[in-house]
Amino acid sequence: MSEYLFYIVAAITVTTAVYLIFEKNPVFGALYLIQTMVSLAVLYILLEAQFVAAVQIIVYAGAIMVLFLFVIMLLNLDIKEEARNALPFQRIPAILMGIALFTVICIVIRSKLLQGKQDQYTTAYVQSIGNTKLIGNLLFTDYLLPFEITSILLFVAAIGAIMLAKRKL
Amino acid sequence: MITITHYLVLSAILFTVGVIGVLIRRNAIIIFMCIELMLNAVNLSFVACAHYLNSMQGQLFVFFTMTVAAAEAAVGLAIIVAVFRNKETVNIDDINIMKW
Amino acid sequence: MLDLVALILLFPLIGTAVNGLAGKRMRKETVGYIACGAIGLSFLVSILVFCGLLLLPPEGRLFEKHLFVWIESGSFRSLAALQVDPLSTVMILTVSGVGFLIHVYSIGYMHHDKGYHRYFCYLNLFTFSMLLLVLSNNFLLMFIGWEAVGLCSYLLIGFWFEKKSASNAAKKAFVVNRVGDFGFALGVMLIFLIFHSIDFTEVFSAASHGNFETGNFAITMITLLLFMGATGKSAQIPLYTWLPDAMEGPTPVSALIHAATMVTAGVYMIARCNVLYMLSPFTMTVVASIGAATALFAASIGLVQNDIKRVLAYSTISQLGYMFLACGVGAFTAGVFHLMTHAFFKALLFLGAGSVIHALSGEQDIRKMGALKSHIPTTYKTFLVGTIAIAGIPPFAGFFSKDEILLEAFVRGNFIYWSIGAIAALFTAFYMFRLLFMTFYGESRVDHHTMEHLHESPGNMTLPLIALAGLSFVGGFLGIPGASAINHFLSPVFGGHTHAEIAGTELAGHSGHHGAWLPYLMMVVSTAIAIAGIFLAYQMYIKKPDLPKKLTDRFRFIHKLLLNKYYVDEIYDALFVNPTKKISVKILWKGVDVRIIDGSVNGIARLVGGLSNVLRLLQTGYIRNYAFYIVVGCIFIVVLAVFGK
Repeated sequence: MSEYLFYIVAAITVTTAVYLIFEKNPVFGALYLIQTMVSLAVLYILLEAQFVAAVQIIVYAGAIMVLFLFVIMLLNLDIKEEARNALPFQRIPAILMGIALFTVICIVIRSKLLQGKQDQYTTAYVQSIGNTKLIGNLLFTDYLLPFEITSILLFVAAIGAIMLAKRKL
Repeated sequence: MITITHYLVLSAILFTVGVIGVLIRRNAIIIFMCIELMLNAVNLSFVACAHYLNSMQGQLFVFFTMTVAAAEAAVGLAIIVAVFRNKETVNIDDINIMKW
Repeated sequence: MLDLVALILLFPLIGTAVNGLAGKRMRKETVGYIACGAIGLSFLVSILVFCGLLLLPPEGRLFEKHLFVWIESGSFRSLAALQVDPLSTVMILTVSGVGFLIHVYSIGYMHHDKGYHRYFCYLNLFTFSMLLLVLSNNFLLMFIGWEAVGLCSYLLIGFWFEKKSASNAAKKAFVVNRVGDFGFALGVMLIFLIFHSIDFTEVFSAASHGNFETGNFAITMITLLLFMGATGKSAQIPLYTWLPDAMEGPTPVSALIHAATMVTAGVYMIARCNVLYMLSPFTMTVVASIGAATALFAASIGLVQNDIKRVLAYSTISQLGYMFLACGVGAFTAGVFHLMTHAFFKALLFLGAGSVIHALSGEQDIRKMGALKSHIPTTYKTFLVGTIAIAGIPPFAGFFSKDEILLEAFVRGNFIYWSIGAIAALFTAFYMFRLLFMTFYGESRVDHHTMEHLHESPGNMTLPLIALAGLSFVGGFLGIPGASAINHFLSPVFGGHTHAEIAGTELAGHSGHHGAWLPYLMMVVSTAIAIAGIFLAYQMYIKKPDLPKKLTDRFRFIHKLLLNKYYVDEIYDALFVNPTKKISVKILWKGVDVRIIDGSVNGIARLVGGLSNVLRLLQTGYIRNYAFYIVVGCIFIVVLAVFGK
């Protein structure tokens, strides 16, 4: 059951991603991306990362993509604004290069170069405590410093965005 | 049986699609969305690895990635708005000033 | 008092700095006062140092003032240290004293020149360099002074650089001097190689303590190379050609540099190195021969020249020849004595000539002068004193020094040296009085326009003339035969055996038939020669003014030869200058410089430019393009990471 589910969701994800890069209208592009993210959230649930899936939908599909849509509509871009194409000859090499990149990544995956170590958080163990509780514990104990640093990062980003958006400094 | 390889290949496909999008699109906002797609592809492989290695670290890293993505979205979109204000365009081929 | 010796150098240096840096914004009077004051103070300190030296016992009259270590590299060590001994004291007194008078004179002479402060800056720098040359206690520091006076000479000959002839003369002086300096530098290097030191005291004591037998090849080479430097600086055959051309500079400069001081540097240097020269009879013969030849050669050219300053220039060359003759026969004292008296009367003559030129608004041709006696009386009187002094009439200064040289040439050298010297003395008396008669006597050939402006020079020009005339008159008494003060004073430097008197007695001892009456006979003979020269000039230019014309017609070839200075300049041009120029232009410039050097430089630039043009295509400014490169780079890195092992 979950096997089929994976293939279906994976197909939707890839399709919407491909649609995204060939879509002329940015608003539709944003909608495709939202769909991609929702599909990814489904895959996260399949991977038993419920909390991540929830955050994926709330933060990515909700906040960030709304921000995108907001900017697109703010700028009121029409569909034909991509009129000028300075590098038409780059299209095919770019796709070829993308395929090459994919091949290389697959080779890396198959080569088993990247090996991980088994940890203690087995499915049973996680379920006994609860995914969200476990993440919260870890974030506020072992990962407290990175967590605080991310708050500074967001703070800086907020200030930066304000400074950039202001007309007169 | 779905193995980690399935997820990693899916992640690779999404990443590659994102790369191609960056390379062939000229709309700055779409390029930006492609970058988000690439970040999501990486997130997928994080979570997949975490699951198959019985680890929590992958999931935690996703949070940090999301934070970076959020910050990036805020700043990046602000830049796009600022550029649009000056140039009346978001076509990056019209903004070819990145040379001496 | 001897400790003050560094001040002698410091004052002119301060003068140079002040006038050079701020002279443009100061009033002319201030510039002049600073320059003269600097040299005047220097002169006063020199007198103090002289007195300090006199207080020491004669054997201990050597004082070294260590300033700082200049270069220290391996076994090579050069100190910036000054040396005060009788020889350098004579030199500093002459240089600063004559220099001071000429500075004062320059205030009047250069008053209307727009390069006033530049002139005084150079003049002070020159005095500094010359004093450094004579005060240094090692060869390297001396070489610095040697080069610096050459530089100042170049700057001052080309002082009126707008004039093509002046800048050419400056270049000529510089290049010709360079030939000599090359020899000098090689000589200094060789000294270091042989003696492992360049310190005067060490080198000379090593040389005099019998480590080298007489005629040692290395010593001969050293002395010859040093002498090569001397021929350049002191205008001896074959490198004398620059000096007559140097008269393009302002006349006080000719007086100071090209007559009184700088050109005597060669004589000083040989006198300083007397220990080395005494070890090499061959070099001594060369020095004496070249000196004698130059004395006669230059004097003969001087007979027919018509430019007042050129006559004096050739006279200078000739007198320098005398000094080298004296050094060459081992009579260093006589050479230095003549150097000093020559400084007095030649400076006087040049300044007098400058005064004449000044009075005649720049006219230098003696054919356009005449009968100036009553118009510029002070100049005339002082010029007369100078002329008598150089001609060698007792009791003026030139008589004693020249007579001593002739005597020494006869006693220590041979009859040929003496006869050449005597003929040159005859010529000297003749051309100097010819100059005097043509300038101050006879009919006036001055044109009307100039005649209207005819005026005696101002006080600050005539006073130095009078002072120098006084020195020219009394200067000789320092070296009266038999009771020579200067001989006595200089004897620690040259060793007791170089005394003229002792030489005379030695000779008397060796060959009894000459005896003690020889010096007196010599005096009579040389006075007679001088009077003969004067009489000849009087006959030709006062009594029978048409006689020179007849003689010229009669001996046209010789006259032309002399007038054109034996065509030496032309010969040098044909032999050295033009081939060098041709090689320079054809091979070095058009070939080496344009093709190889410029070609390689431009070629590299063009190669880089071409490559950059290709590489520039990569830098489009399109972000997508850059992103593409990033992707290519990523793939490359990953491939390298996976398959690279």
